[in-house]
Amino acid sequence: MTFAEKFIALRAIFIKEILRFARIWVQTIVPSIITVALYFIIFGNLIGSQLDNVKGHSYINYIIPGMIMMSIITNSYANVVSSFYSSKFQKHIEEMLISPMPNYIIIWGFLSGGIARGLTVGIAVTLTATFFTELQFQNIGLLLLVALLTCILFSLAGLINAIFANSFDDISLIPTFVLTPLTYLGGIFYSIDMLPEFWRSVSYANPILYMVDTFRTGMIGVNDINTYLSLTIILSFVIVLYITASTLLNRGSGIRS
Amino acid sequence: MQMNTQIPALKIENLVKRYKGGFQALNGISFKVSQGDFYALLGPNGAGKSTTIGIICSLVNKTSGSVEVFSHNIDENFAQAKKLIGLVPQEFNFNSFEPILEIVKYQAGYYGIQANIAKEKAEYTLNILGLWEKRKSTPRELSGGMKRRLMIARALIHDPQLLILDEPTAGVDIEIRRSMWELLQKLNDDGRTIILTTHYLEEAEYLCRNIGIINDGNIIIDTSLRELLDQLKKETFIVYLKNPITAAPDIENVSITLTDERTLEITPKENQTLELIFSDFAKLNIQIVSMRNKSNRLEELFMDLVNK
Repeated sequence: MTFAEKFIALRAIFIKEILRFARIWVQTIVPSIITVALYFIIFGNLIGSQLDNVKGHSYINYIIPGMIMMSIITNSYANVVSSFYSSKFQKHIEEMLISPMPNYIIIWGFLSGGIARGLTVGIAVTLTATFFTELQFQNIGLLLLVALLTCILFSLAGLINAIFANSFDDISLIPTFVLTPLTYLGGIFYSIDMLPEFWRSVSYANPILYMVDTFRTGMIGVNDINTYLSLTIILSFVIVLYITASTLLNRGSGIRS
Repeated sequence: MQMNTQIPALKIENLVKRYKGGFQALNGISFKVSQGDFYALLGPNGAGKSTTIGIICSLVNKTSGSVEVFSHNIDENFAQAKKLIGLVPQEFNFNSFEPILEIVKYQAGYYGIQANIAKEKAEYTLNILGLWEKRKSTPRELSGGMKRRLMIARALIHDPQLLILDEPTAGVDIEIRRSMWELLQKLNDDGRTIILTTHYLEEAEYLCRNIGIINDGNIIIDTSLRELLDQLKKETFIVYLKNPITAAPDIENVSITLTDERTLEITPKENQTLELIFSDFAKLNIQIVSMRNKSNRLEELFMDLVNK
């Protein structure tokens, strides 16, 4: 395939993925907005108003970057895992497998859907947050970079989950038992400086901590971890997951017998 | 696309497939399909037909052997090989929630066809297959026959030179089956090479010029339909009579059974021709209204071959 043909193929998957989640926007976009709005009301306004500032910022302003990241993580993961597994389950992944598209176009096609949904929900949640407080954007470039890398990382994780999944149960296990705990323990609601030494050390093993912390740096300019170190760690995870997904797809794991 | 007609459309050599767990589905099969051929790949369930098709189309990983599509090796030139293949799989495999026009257009996109050309091709293909009026419907709203036609439309969108159909008429009524036969014949007449797997042997006999029979992972027959039918040692006909008779006539070199007063079952022995038999009937003043094969000729051969 020529470069132009590959681009057309990538665009076809991208449009298909966008329309897939757009068609069911009540299921894919709205729930995150409602959930985050409830968090803002309860933890931000009701409980947060009773709490001291954290690192010089009101509690609601401190948690907003983490809430946005939580939505981005959940949605980019959910989009790819459900789309890829559905295409396996209904066998329409075969439409792509029999075509001359190289596997990396298939990977980037699904990732583009995950990125689009992650960013769409991220923007929607950010707009929702403006109803509750005045937002700050200290470093727009950093915000966009970390949001994009996070979308890619969790889209890849969703893809790998879907490749291995043999049932719909298998695609809900990781979000329930791994993703949600890691997200909640990833410094969304607190600074790890508040934790005892042992738990602070444990927190460093949580990749979500680095994303939340870097995003918070971009929004309100405070951090617990060096931004360059965080970006290096996030990028390393992206590379490792991309190589894993690519190897699995080239081998035909879960999709070719 | 101009092709050297000496090059086979498909060339398979020593193809082996061993699944995890040790089951060997293909034991080193080899066969060729010439350009423009209408080739039937027959075999009982589990013989290895779908595995073979899966390997040709990159849906199944082969263990060893080689597959060439118009001289493009699927391992070395997979993109070129895949561009030349259109697949109509056995099971419906489209997204049930997407409008059928979108399904066909996406498929065109996967082959790198520009959006405006894809739209024209989709309109043309869906019109030919009588689906244009349903373009905004989802597959869930289509009948079984329409779904089959959608599978063909999708497979044709990139104008493949080799069309592979895995039981395309399974479960469709006779009217739709006949219309699909006409369509497939037209596609073959237009120069497309077609490989068909089917359990309806009259379908293979009606459509195909060459036949491969696969059994237990081995190709046991790879020949022309004519040569295959010539191997048929005996054939039984049902003969319907104009007037009733009370006993089966006694004619040399023919086994005749009276099944009812107006129906005979006749099995000519070797060297006996129908012409001579009918001439003897005429002498006995037995008038024939019509006749038919007791069973499909290919079916008889098929049963003999796979039960050997």
